[in-house]
Amino acid sequence: MPSYQDLTLQGLWKNNPALVQLLGLCPLLAVTATFINGLGLGLATMLVLMGSNITVSLIRNVVRNEIRIPIFVMIIASFVTIVQLLMNAFTYELYLTLGIFIPLIVTNCAIIGRAEAFASKNSILPAAYDGLVMGTGFTVVLVVLGGFREVLGNGTLFTGADRLFGEVANNWQVTLFATDSPFLLAILPPGAFLGMGLLIACKNAVDAHLAARKPQTEKTITRARVTTEI
Amino acid sequence: MKLTLSSSPHQRVKRDTSQVMRLVILAMVPGIIAQVILFGFGVLIQAMIAVLTAIVTEAMIVYMRGKRVTFALNDFSAILTALLLAVSIPPLLPWWMTVVGTFFAIAIVKQLYGGLGFNLFNPAMAGYVMLLISFPAAMTLWLPPSSLTSIQPDFWDTLSIIMSDFTVSGHSMDQLRVAVDGVTMATPLDTVKTALSQNLTYPEALNQPIFSSNIATSAGAGWAWVSLAYLAGGLVLVKTKVINWHIPTATLASAAILSLIFFLADSDSFASPLFHILNGSLIFGAFFIATDPVTASTTDKGRIVFGAFIGMWVIIIRTFGGYPDAVAFAVIIMNMAVPLIDYYTRPRTYGHMAKKARNPR
Repeated sequence: MPSYQDLTLQGLWKNNPALVQLLGLCPLLAVTATFINGLGLGLATMLVLMGSNITVSLIRNVVRNEIRIPIFVMIIASFVTIVQLLMNAFTYELYLTLGIFIPLIVTNCAIIGRAEAFASKNSILPAAYDGLVMGTGFTVVLVVLGGFREVLGNGTLFTGADRLFGEVANNWQVTLFATDSPFLLAILPPGAFLGMGLLIACKNAVDAHLAARKPQTEKTITRARVTTEI
Repeated sequence: MKLTLSSSPHQRVKRDTSQVMRLVILAMVPGIIAQVILFGFGVLIQAMIAVLTAIVTEAMIVYMRGKRVTFALNDFSAILTALLLAVSIPPLLPWWMTVVGTFFAIAIVKQLYGGLGFNLFNPAMAGYVMLLISFPAAMTLWLPPSSLTSIQPDFWDTLSIIMSDFTVSGHSMDQLRVAVDGVTMATPLDTVKTALSQNLTYPEALNQPIFSSNIATSAGAGWAWVSLAYLAGGLVLVKTKVINWHIPTATLASAAILSLIFFLADSDSFASPLFHILNGSLIFGAFFIATDPVTASTTDKGRIVFGAFIGMWVIIIRTFGGYPDAVAFAVIIMNMAVPLIDYYTRPRTYGHMAKKARNPR
């Protein structure tokens, strides 16, 4: 089992579901027009991811290998339904805004990917922690992309925070600049693709920078075996 | 007699990239002059803003990529892109939109793909489309020809309105667009599109003042002259073999044929071929945009297919789409199809037989 520190690093940076695995791009690109929409969908995905990881880890020794995928899908679908009903009850306006993309969390490959690759091979605690950090990694990307698009397109931040946090957040909206001609491209789908591409490029640039700063380790020459028995 | 030995290739291109680019820029001069005479100094100021932005952006990105800055700037391609964009946008567009559009064209569409020769999409047109979908209101504010307007802004007025939204004497964009008779005017394509959507027939739409003083019955005042000036420049390019004849001919022919079919079917609700060709940017697009050597098809047959589809898309989007003009969209759509077109129109290799003959069974 990998250490918790390693799990955290994997989920948030090295193996980030959105930036590196490029999973769950459909909801990621579709709902990130604002900061709050991104945060809402990110939290919903994180809850589903944790729930499904815990459950899959619980039943990992009971389910037969041949039928594991349908079982995983059903577990994920039940958690998505739970989250959907919860959002319908407590954050109704956000539920309406996110619309079809809440039930579509079922099809988010990041979730079944973690169930298959991690939860079905590890005990409950690491599986739950993995769900948490992977979900956080996904949420962070959604929030950054949503904030980036909202600032560029509208000049505001935290629009509609009351939809997620209730009446406390009625006046959380920050107006950074007011304009008569908003930069519509940022709000429209192409803005999501361009923004996502730029985010990935930034991540790669940071990685390259870190790799360049790390002292070069001496290359050990190992003799390649050319005469293997077959 | 001295016989020199040299390695292949023996037949070299007579011009290098920068010469080609400069010739295209020169060929744009008649069109730009026509635009200045008929629509004021806006286009010149936009050209200055765009060229400056393009040079700075190109130099910056090329430097960041660790390539030789002077080499990249010397090929004039960034300047040409900026000029193509500057003549396409409305002449009184706020300056920062021009800067954003040019930056997008050079930095994202051209340099992120690897610079000149590697870009999939025509940078100028991608920049134009970006501006059009980002700022639809500002990008459709065209001035009527100066002969029809009540206020004629001079150079400083034009500069002032681009920089600060108001002229030196305090007129706003909306006031400038009011014609002599007090009616705000749109472009000919826009006028006809609006009229058709209001259940007017095409001949009725042509009764509007924008069409009154024109060179042919169905061309808008002023706009047709700009088109013809670009046609002259384009023909020079074809004559000097900077561009091939295939793409412009195919584009114009296919647009004319398709619009003729529509026009013959129902001349009340579809515009005539002459109207389509002389208005909007069809001629400019056919000669200057679609012929971009990087993003167009590279085989002769492919060029004809490429051009024909551009003409088709222009007429289809103009007639049934939401936007009045469509050259930029048509070019971008066909840019995506270029690899496919090139694949299916590969020329026969010398010394090999055509497919059918090779395998008689």
